[in-house]
Parts: sequence; structure tokens; C-alpha cells
Amino acid sequence: MSTSQTRHFRAEKFDFWSFFFSGLTGLATLFIVGILVVILLNILVNGWSGLSWHFVSTIPKKDFFDVHTTGVLPMIVGTAFRVIVMTIFVIPVGVITAIYLTEYASNTSLITRVIRAAVNNLAGVPSIVFGLFGLGFFINFVGKNMDRLLHNPSAVWGQPALIWASLTLAVMTLPVVIVATEESLKAIPPGLREASLALGATKLETILRIVLPQALPGIMTGGILAVSRAAGEVAPILFTGVAYYMASLPSHLSDQFMDLGYHVFVLSTQSPNIEQTRPILYATVLVLLMLTFALNIVAILIRARVRKKLRALG
Amino acid sequence: MAEILIPKIAAQQTAAAAAPPAGVPFIEIEDVSLYYGASKALKNISVQLGEKLVTAFIGPSGCGKSTLLRCLNRMNDLIDNVRIDGAIKIGGHNIYTPDVDVIELRKRVGMVFQKSNPFPKSIYENVAYGLRLHGVKSKSDLDATVEQSLRQSALWDEVKDRLHSSALGLSGGQQQRLCIARAIAIKPEIILMDEPASALDPIATSRIEDLILDLKKDFTIVIVTHNMQQAARISDQTAFFYIGELVEFGPTSKIFTNPSQKRTEDYVTGRFG
Repeated sequence: MSTSQTRHFRAEKFDFWSFFFSGLTGLATLFIVGILVVILLNILVNGWSGLSWHFVSTIPKKDFFDVHTTGVLPMIVGTAFRVIVMTIFVIPVGVITAIYLTEYASNTSLITRVIRAAVNNLAGVPSIVFGLFGLGFFINFVGKNMDRLLHNPSAVWGQPALIWASLTLAVMTLPVVIVATEESLKAIPPGLREASLALGATKLETILRIVLPQALPGIMTGGILAVSRAAGEVAPILFTGVAYYMASLPSHLSDQFMDLGYHVFVLSTQSPNIEQTRPILYATVLVLLMLTFALNIVAILIRARVRKKLRALG
Repeated sequence: MAEILIPKIAAQQTAAAAAPPAGVPFIEIEDVSLYYGASKALKNISVQLGEKLVTAFIGPSGCGKSTLLRCLNRMNDLIDNVRIDGAIKIGGHNIYTPDVDVIELRKRVGMVFQKSNPFPKSIYENVAYGLRLHGVKSKSDLDATVEQSLRQSALWDEVKDRLHSSALGLSGGQQQRLCIARAIAIKPEIILMDEPASALDPIATSRIEDLILDLKKDFTIVIVTHNMQQAARISDQTAFFYIGELVEFGPTSKIFTNPSQKRTEDYVTGRFG
């Protein structure tokens, strides 16, 4: 009682500012959390009723705006497929680049600085630009030339396809993986590397046996961030692989695919009757959220197992 | 400080009388200079270290003793901008000629670091690491060598029941003995020790010192230390370095009781450093 009185007595003005700023920061936090809660609740409440086994397991007819017959199975498959293919490409390339930068390249050399600047700038490029890059490089250059070399009578690779969409996303998420891997490599004590080298290990043996196992949880964090970013992206796949409608599921890397994020865009802009389509729209958004969560949770569980194993160290 | 040292030196001298302190020259350092960029960190050092002896490198911080130690297994190769002149011969072969296989060299010249650095693996895997690197696959060979190395480093009785638990659960002193076990598992001829006990408490330190005296039977040991009593207790030969120069080298008893250089005397008696 007496202390609070003294404090109050001594610094009324100071107290006001401290109250003001703690209130301000608190409000800002509340604002962010509030927005998230409103979005999630809105989606959950409005989307829940549209969610059914039929909805997630049906390949819809061309007219997918009909509430009773529509489904999102091809979009779920397409989105999951492209995220997984992306992960398969981005993790090795990102990890190898990070290993080169931290373990091999000299920090002061021009090449290293150029690569680092490129990586940082890559992270700042708008995603639609990646889409255009994918169209120009992967489809028109790589794909068309593959068709020519393989003597395909019609375009197989030189057109939008799942592989090109995945690769475009991989290029986009590369900086995330590189930076996360670099951080985890740098966090490994130099003493461990020295100990290994002093026992007659080569640099490569040291990296493979000591450095990488230790860095694995950090690398997986990079993978999780990349998956989270890529799952909801639409712009990079617009020109590179996504289809408005496909009658069947994608079965080949050269197939086009339907996508949850893009489908949300289609439902909200192409519908003949907005009011009638709204429940499908909400349910589709909910499915996209749940798929992203599911992919994340799988990755987080694997990482937790790796961490546990590293700690127990068998 | 000199007074404290003398009784121990006396004991050392009787031990030294049995084996001549000079020994058979095994590591011959011939006119070695080392440059970090433009600055010369080691200045024309020539010294011969005897086989199966403990040689202590002493001197104030920054005098180049650790740098010279790291020349002996070419750990300095890892640092950019380092240039080394002169020759270092081990068993008569210059280890700085281009045809030398650094991997092979490091198998013959093991190293124990100042900060104990066990791998985040099990105790067993730590000791087996070097063996696996060099192609030992048989489980029975691995088991035997791991046990022998742990026994030799006086750690076996403390860890035999938990060989497969993490090495990071050991105390600092145990970790350092594990690092010694790891180094001797691949049967080097020389063990380099860079202030191996500087981060340990007195009891753990004395165990390491006992261990070094014991290992001397099988290995040639070069130890860098800041601890004057430690150098006096465990070494046969001592080299005193000062700002990149070898000031004096000789039998430990002589360096600590009757050095020929004024700077050596000042340092070992604690007047500077």
C-alpha cells in the first residue's frame, strides 16, 4: 500500500507516459490478435456448414458453382502436390547453397557478396514477377527446348504444368530456406568442426557427419516456413500451371492442376450468383487453411522427432 | 613462485635421470616462420622435440605457442591468409611438402583442445568417430578399441554403464578425458594439447595431469599451458616463447631452476606474463 502510494506520489507524469505506452503496445498486440481471431472465426463459422465428406472427396463437374454437387478434391490434391514437389526441389538446393556460403565461400570474396545480395533481393521480389519469370524461363525456355530435344509432336513440357509451378514456387521460397539453413549452420560451435578435422576427417565428412545432423532442425524450420508461404500463394502459379477446370486429378508432372487458392479467386469473381456460391467459397477457404495447417503440423512433428533424437543421441 | 616449484622440480629431475630429457628427436621444427597476412606471428623458430617425451610450450598470451602447436597437425591450413616458411619434420619427413596427405598426418598427430568439444553423440560414438572415419566397421574391433581408449584415458570405470548415453551429460573433466580417449583411439604417434586443463577445476586438472604422465609411455606429447606449475609437474622439456620468438628451450628442470635467459627467469618466477 505504502509503496504504491509513494510511487504514485513521486511520478505522476512519468506514470502517465508509461501507462500510455504500455497501453499503446498492448492495444497494437490486441489489434493483431483480434484481426486473426476475427478472420479465423469468420471462416470457421461460415465455412463449417459447407464442409462435408462429399465436399472434400468429390471431383466437380464443369459447373462447380452448384452448392449441392460441387467438391474440392482436385484442388486439395493439386495444392498438396505442388507444395510437396516444391519442397523436394527447394530443400536440397537451398541447403547446398547455404553450405557453400557458410562452409566453403570466403566471406569477403566478391562472389559471396553477390550471392548474398541476390538471395536477399530474391526475397523482396513480388510474387507475380516470379510467375512471369516461371513462364518466361521454365515454360518458354526450358520446357520448349525439352520438347524440341525429345521430338514431342505437341507441347508436353512447353506449357503450364505442375512441375513448372512447383519450380517457380521453389525459386520464390529459396531465400527462406537458405537463410534458415545458414543461421543453423552458423550456430554450430566451431570447436566441433575442428575436433572432427583434427581426427583426420575431410571437410565433406565433417559436414555430413557432424554439421548437417546438428543443423537438421533449423533446416526443417526453413522448410516449414517455405511450405507455409507457398501453400497459399496464387500469383506465381497463375501463368505456370494452374487450371480453371480439370475433369481429372493431376497424375503427371507435366499435367496442369487445380488449386485451392486459385479456386477461391475463381469462386469469388466468376460466379454467376455470388450469394449462392458464398458457402462454397467459405468452405474452400477453410479447406485451404486446414491443408496448410496439416502440412505444417506434419513438418513440425518430424522436426520434434529429430530434435528429440538429437537430444537423446543414440 | 620459484620456491614453490623447486621441490617438484627435484622430483622431476630424478624421473628425468632415467630417460635423458633430450630423447630421440622426433619432431624437428626448422626455421619456421608464420605470417597472418603481413604480420609475422612466429619468427624463425627452430627446436627439436624428443620422442615419447612431454614438451611444454609456455609463454604469455599471444606469444605464438598455440599457433606453433597448430602447425604440427596443420590446423592452421584452415585459416585464410596464413603463410608458413621453413620445415617441420616428423619422424624425418617434412609435413609441409605438397605430397603430404593432411588426413594421414592428422591421424598420426592427434589433438586435444582447450575447450572440451565432444560431439553431440553418445560416449561410444565419440570414441568410435575417428575409427569409423578411417574405415573400421567390425563391431568387435570398435568395441575393443573404444574400451581400450576409455581405459587408457582413465574414464572407463565412470562411463562403462552408460556408453550409449550422450557425451554432453558428462562433467567438464570427464568430457576432456573423453576428448583424449577420442584422440588416442585412432592410435596417433603424437598428441597435441592446447591448454587442456585451463577450463577445469583443480581436481579434474590433476586427473588430466596424471593421465598425461601415463600417456607419455605410448605417445609423444606437446602441451601448451599457461599454468607454470603444470608445465613443471608434467613436462620433460620446456620451450618458452615471447612475442613470436623462441626465447629458450631445454630440460624443464633447467628452465625452471636455472634458465640462461633473463626473460625466461622473469616469466617463470612470475615477474611478468
